[in-house]
Amino acid sequence: MTPLLDIRNLTVVFDTPAGTVHAVNDVSYTIEEGETLGIVGESGSGKSVHALSMVGLIARPPGRIVSGEVYFKGRDLLKLAPRELYNLRGKEIGFVFQDPMTSLNPVLTIERQIAEPLRRHFNLSKNQARERVVELLELVGIPNARTRIGQYPHEFSGGMRQRVMIAIGISCNPKLLIADEATTALDVTVQAQILDLVRDLKKKIGTTVIWITHDMGVVAGLADTIQVMYGGRIMERGPVDAVFEDPRSAYTWGLLKSLPHGGKRGATRLYQIPGNPPNLIEKPVGDPFAPRNAFATERCKRETPPLLQVEDGVAGHKAAAWYDLRAELKKEREASA
Amino acid sequence: MTRYLLVKLLEAVVAIWGVVTIVFFVSRILGDPTVLLLPVGAGPEEIANLRTALGLDEPLWQQYLYSLLAMVKGDFGISFQHVRPALDVVLERMPATASLAGLALIFGTLIGAIAGAIAALMRGTVAELVVMIAALLGQATPTFWLGIMLILLFSVELGLLPTGGAGGWENYILPGLTLSVFVSASIARLLRSSLLDIMREDYVRTARAKGLMPRTVFFWHIARNALIPVVTMIGIIAGELLGGSVVIETVFAWPGVGRVIVQAIQAQDFPVIQAGVALVAGIFVVVNLLVDLLYGVLDPRIRRG
Amino acid sequence: MKSFFLALLKSRAGLFGFLLVLVFIAGAILAPYLGLPSPTRSSLTARMVAPTWTSLFSPGAHPLGTDELGRDILSRILYGSRTTLLIAAGAVVLGGVVGTLLGIVAGYYRGMVDRILMRIVDIQLALPLMLLALLVVAAVGASSQNLVVVLALTSWLRYARIIRGQVLALREREFILSAHAIGAGTWRIMIKHLLPNVMTPVLVIATLELARIIIMDAALSFLGLGVQPPSPSWGRMLADGRVYITTAWWIVTFPGLAILLTVLSVNLLGDWLRDYFDPKLRTAR
Repeated sequence: MTPLLDIRNLTVVFDTPAGTVHAVNDVSYTIEEGETLGIVGESGSGKSVHALSMVGLIARPPGRIVSGEVYFKGRDLLKLAPRELYNLRGKEIGFVFQDPMTSLNPVLTIERQIAEPLRRHFNLSKNQARERVVELLELVGIPNARTRIGQYPHEFSGGMRQRVMIAIGISCNPKLLIADEATTALDVTVQAQILDLVRDLKKKIGTTVIWITHDMGVVAGLADTIQVMYGGRIMERGPVDAVFEDPRSAYTWGLLKSLPHGGKRGATRLYQIPGNPPNLIEKPVGDPFAPRNAFATERCKRETPPLLQVEDGVAGHKAAAWYDLRAELKKEREASA
Repeated sequence: MTRYLLVKLLEAVVAIWGVVTIVFFVSRILGDPTVLLLPVGAGPEEIANLRTALGLDEPLWQQYLYSLLAMVKGDFGISFQHVRPALDVVLERMPATASLAGLALIFGTLIGAIAGAIAALMRGTVAELVVMIAALLGQATPTFWLGIMLILLFSVELGLLPTGGAGGWENYILPGLTLSVFVSASIARLLRSSLLDIMREDYVRTARAKGLMPRTVFFWHIARNALIPVVTMIGIIAGELLGGSVVIETVFAWPGVGRVIVQAIQAQDFPVIQAGVALVAGIFVVVNLLVDLLYGVLDPRIRRG
Repeated sequence: MKSFFLALLKSRAGLFGFLLVLVFIAGAILAPYLGLPSPTRSSLTARMVAPTWTSLFSPGAHPLGTDELGRDILSRILYGSRTTLLIAAGAVVLGGVVGTLLGIVAGYYRGMVDRILMRIVDIQLALPLMLLALLVVAAVGASSQNLVVVLALTSWLRYARIIRGQVLALREREFILSAHAIGAGTWRIMIKHLLPNVMTPVLVIATLELARIIIMDAALSFLGLGVQPPSPSWGRMLADGRVYITTAWWIVTFPGLAILLTVLSVNLLGDWLRDYFDPKLRTAR
């Protein structure tokens, strides 16, 4: 089966006055149809930029796609003419952005904002579009949909605005839905409601989803596959359970330890990964996480590790590491015992 | 929306009352007009008679109340110079001022909007640089000097256009152009920076992610929001055009309200000063009311806030 | 402070404005020491002499020509800049101090004080500023001191409105609340805590207001309501020179250019200051 999305060697840089920022470095991965992929990383990991760049949503300049191919349903998105890309965005690939306060246009009604992609891609009449908008709002759980469509974003609560964003994202039944930090700006209870909604919607419409977040906890209950990114590279990737139970990248291990319930026995104090995010202005050499990694070897600093299937792991569990995290952790446990 | 409208209307009435009050008291400090109205060598008796006739020997507060009441009825008194109702003197000059200011506002806004949009859309090109330098110069040029320079070029050197006065359409060209330069410079600079700000907004990215055509994104999502500060600016500019009319009408010998006010101040013709300033303030208040309404239409957050 | 000047050096427009402002100030201060003819000495034999570009440094020449009374235009422009800059600077300082203090008081006390003050601002805004200036100057007479007061009168509300908004936001911030908590007096909070925090916008508004006031001052004296002759003033030179536009273009051209360049340089500096300190002020004018 050909994957729905097949990204090969995608490299994106930003030309800034301070120098060239290497935002995405040689990223390759695939998503099967119906899969939910959770991409985790801190800001600057390239997780959002790579997703935006493949459909031409980064500003160019300063952004620049140096190399790579992005096959979506067999076509290379990076080679599409602008018009073909406009026809694809919103229709085949839907987006849900973070912070619905700033991501919705403050001066247009909710109806107009949800109807826009419908009228653009399906040539619906105003009335047809309105019916579909009401339907969508009911689907994402907004009560009194018919009376609320004439309202403006500032008349909705944060959680309701995020539901509107999701309605926009799924309005044209896209093959692929990319959600970029879609729950970050919300408080915890609302966040849980939105995640429930997304799980529910996935069951109903079966869209393929890329869920981008900095929060390991969010993807745990949502994704089939998890992909950890750092310094513009994929550090580890695999089925959710495998990555949570048996991390092979020191960065993943650090992220898991810093979760509130991280470490099996519930750590008393929250762990914090030492050091600072990488400076992407210098041409990256070696493992980007090496400077913050206690287990890093000399080789990590010189050579970039390839993303490879891990030893005695589940199929599809891959990591990019020269060191052997399992062995190192075992050594540590023995030393402390 | 109705509540918003009523509040704005009430504010407008209070503003006009305030202006009329300021003008009344300021014009009383201007001096005693009786001396100017009588022939040289008039006796004190004649002066006293005239003062009584004009109501100038009553207490100030009483004069104020009387004139306030009269003004509500549209009676600003008789012009000392023209010996006819002051409001008539001013009103008949109004079309000249309004048409010139209106022309400059419409033409200048149009040119400024196009130039500002070009500068924002062609960021980093020579076109942007040219627009920005022209706008900077336009904003720094005093209108009355620009007017004189245009007269020097088109009327004196080339002999193409009249130096001043009103009459045919050709009389509008130089004063209209002069005022338009100022208007379009302000609009172009503001619209450019406003557009550049909005282009970076998250909701513009959302609009593009929907697959909308660039044209739709620009007009409905970028320009629609960038226009909001421009509308405020148009209100401010309208005030500067009305206030600036005293200067530009002097330069072009334009028979408008501004010139009448200047002449009335020189002649200490209180009723005309009051009528003129009240009229200009009234128009300005109405323009600002319209701007507020337009603002409410453009920005739903204001309407219900 | 060092980074401020570094940023200024990097901005071509800002640096250009800054240097030009320095040149104008230097010209105004040094005017009496440049060996120019007196700005008020008329000479019937040298009436309306055309500009002679080549003779800039030869004594007794008139590089920008002479006016209808034979007075040297370059000298009149330089001496005129002394009056203009003094009046404009005075108005900016007066309007700035009054407007800032009223803005702080309104923002700090809110309630009735705030409402009354903002109503006054609204009323004054209903009257085009030029008309207000014209009226008041006509009423009180056009001395230098009066002009400073009148121009400040057209200026204070811009500070008051913006500073009030800033103070409304500031007074909820922790450091003000904690100053309250430790029992600091009202005046102490306003002067020691609020004032330093609004100095940046005040500086930006002041620069932009300086440019506006220079033009308004010139407009007033163009209408004959500026400083009275024989003191040279740019607006008056324009008004007088207009009559001779067909025979001596230079009389009216150079004073206008002087206004243009001064305003341009102050605007460039002001725009740069605003972008450097607080781009949000852009639409607050």
